[in-house]
Amino acid sequence: MSYRLKMKIAPWCFIAPFFIVFLIFAVYPVIYSVILSFGTYKGGQVSLSGLRNYSFLLSDKSFFQAILNTFKIGLIQVPVMIFLAIFLACLMNSRLIKGKGFFRMAIFIPVLIDAVSYSVIFSLLFNDKGFINSMIARMGLIPQSWYTNAGLATMMIVIAQTWKWTGYNMIIILSGLQNIPGELYEAAAIDGAGRIQQFFRITIPLLRNMILMVLVTSVNGAVQMFTEPNIITHGGPTGSTTTVMFYLYNMGFKNFNFGIACAGSYVVVAIVVLLTIVQLQAGKEKD
Amino acid sequence: MKMKNKTRLASFICYCLLAVCVVLTLFPYLWTFLAATHTNSQVFNFEYSFKLGSNLIQNYYDLLEALPIWNNLFSSLFVAAVYTVLILLIDSMAGYGFSQYQFKGRDTLFIVILAAMMIPVQVLMVPLYIQFSKMNMVDSWWGIILSGLPGAFGVFLMRQAMLSFPRDLVESARIDGAGEARNFFTIVLPNMKPALTSLGILSFVNQWGNYYVPLVLLNTTEKYTVPVAISLLAQPNFDINYGALMLGACMAVLPIMVFFLIFQKNFIDGMMAGAIKG
Repeated sequence: MSYRLKMKIAPWCFIAPFFIVFLIFAVYPVIYSVILSFGTYKGGQVSLSGLRNYSFLLSDKSFFQAILNTFKIGLIQVPVMIFLAIFLACLMNSRLIKGKGFFRMAIFIPVLIDAVSYSVIFSLLFNDKGFINSMIARMGLIPQSWYTNAGLATMMIVIAQTWKWTGYNMIIILSGLQNIPGELYEAAAIDGAGRIQQFFRITIPLLRNMILMVLVTSVNGAVQMFTEPNIITHGGPTGSTTTVMFYLYNMGFKNFNFGIACAGSYVVVAIVVLLTIVQLQAGKEKD
Repeated sequence: MKMKNKTRLASFICYCLLAVCVVLTLFPYLWTFLAATHTNSQVFNFEYSFKLGSNLIQNYYDLLEALPIWNNLFSSLFVAAVYTVLILLIDSMAGYGFSQYQFKGRDTLFIVILAAMMIPVQVLMVPLYIQFSKMNMVDSWWGIILSGLPGAFGVFLMRQAMLSFPRDLVESARIDGAGEARNFFTIVLPNMKPALTSLGILSFVNQWGNYYVPLVLLNTTEKYTVPVAISLLAQPNFDINYGALMLGACMAVLPIMVFFLIFQKNFIDGMMAGAIKG
C-alpha cells in the first residue's frame, strides 16, 4: 500500500467505530423522531398526520404549564446557585483560608451522589414529620407541609438542586479564579482601587467566559430536569412541579403517545438552542 | 496591630461561612448513613437524627426482600464499566483520527458531531426505544450502553489532548516502519493517561447515576440498575420501611465514594476538564 493511500484510509479507520455508533444511535434516531413528530406510531409503523401533534401541544394547557414550571424553577435556582458558587469560589481563593483541599472536597461531595438517591434522601428530609420540619418546630416556627403547597414544593426542588450542583459550579469558577494573575490586583491596589472595585473591575470581567459556561450548562440542566420532580414531588401538587421532561416522559412512556412526545422534545430542543444563543450573544465581549 | 486584628476577624468570618457550607453539604450524607440503622419510626424521630440505631441488619433483610439489590449493584457496575471501557477506546481512536491526520471534510464532520451534543439524550429516547425494540434489545444492558456512546464530549476531550502531542514522534516511528495502529497504541495512547483518566472517571460516574435511559429501557427487576431499583422503592404506593430505603441509598453511594477516595485528585481535575465543553 502506498504511503499516500495509507494516510487517506487511516484516519477513517480510527474514526469509524465512533462514527458508526454515531450514525446508528444519534443521526438515525434524530431523523426518525423528526418524522415521527409529524405522525403517530401504531403497530410498528409511522403514519403521518401533518402538524396535529404540534397543534395538540400548543393547545394543551398542561404542556404550557410544564414549560412555565420549568422556567419558574430555573429562574430561581440558576441565579441563586451561580451567585453562591461565585461567592464560595472567591472565599476558597482567599489567602486567609488554609486547608483548602479539605473544603474543596467537602463542598464538591454532593456532586458524587446519583440523582435518584439524593432525591429520595431529600424527599425524606422534607417529609411532614421529617428532619427539616422538626428543626423548624424546634426553632419555635410552624412546620410546613412541603408537598401540598405549590410554592413550597417548587422551593424544595430548588433547594435540592442547589445543594447538589453548587459545589460543581464552584470548582469550575475556582479554576477560572486561579488563572487570574495576582499582579493585576496588586497594580489595582496601588492605583487605589478598593476590594469591591477590584471584584467588579477585575474578577468578574476575567471570569466572564467561565461564568458564561456555567450559566449555559446550568440552564440546559434546568430545562432537562426530570429526576427531582419524578421522585420528590411526582410532579405535584396539582401539576405545579411538572417539568417539561416529566410531562414528555409521561406522554411517551406512560400514555405511549410517541408522536406527541417527539414533537414535544423538539420544542425542548428549540428552547435549549434559543436560550444558548441568547446567552452566548449576551455574554459576548462588547468590543 | 489594628490591621492584624482586622485580618484575623476577616479570616474568622471566612472560616465560619465555609464551615456552615461544609455542614450543609455533609449533613444529608451523615443523616442517610445513620438512617440506614434506624427503624421506620426512628427515621422521623428528631431525637435519633444524630444517633446510631440498631436496626441495620433488619433493614438489610427488608431491603433484600423488596429488591434483588446485589443484582442491581452488579447491573450498575457492569453497565458503567463496559460503557467506560468502550468510551475510552472509541473516543480516543476518533480523537486521534481528528487530530493527527489531514483529510477532506474533517473540520465540518467534527463540527457536526459537536453540534449533536446540543440534543439531550432524553429527546432521543422515543426513537431509541422503538429502535431497540425492533433490534430485540429492550430490557438489555446493551441498549443503555449503546445509547450513551455517541456523546461527542469524549472525542472533543481526546482530540484536544492529542493536538498537543508532537507529530514528529509519530512521523519518525512511521519512517521506522511502525504501522498506524501500532503508533496509536504504543506511542500516543500511553502518553494520554491524564486525559484518559479524566474521561474514564467522568463516564463512569455519569453512567452510574444514569436514570432516564435505564428507566425507559429496562423492565425486569433483576436487571435494573441501582437508581432505577431505588426509584421503584420510592413510589408512593410501595410499602417499605424508610431505614431500608436509606440503606439502599447508601449502597448506591458507597461504590462512588470509594472510587472518589482512590482517584480523589484526578476526580476533581476530571470534573474541571469535563466542564470545558465545546
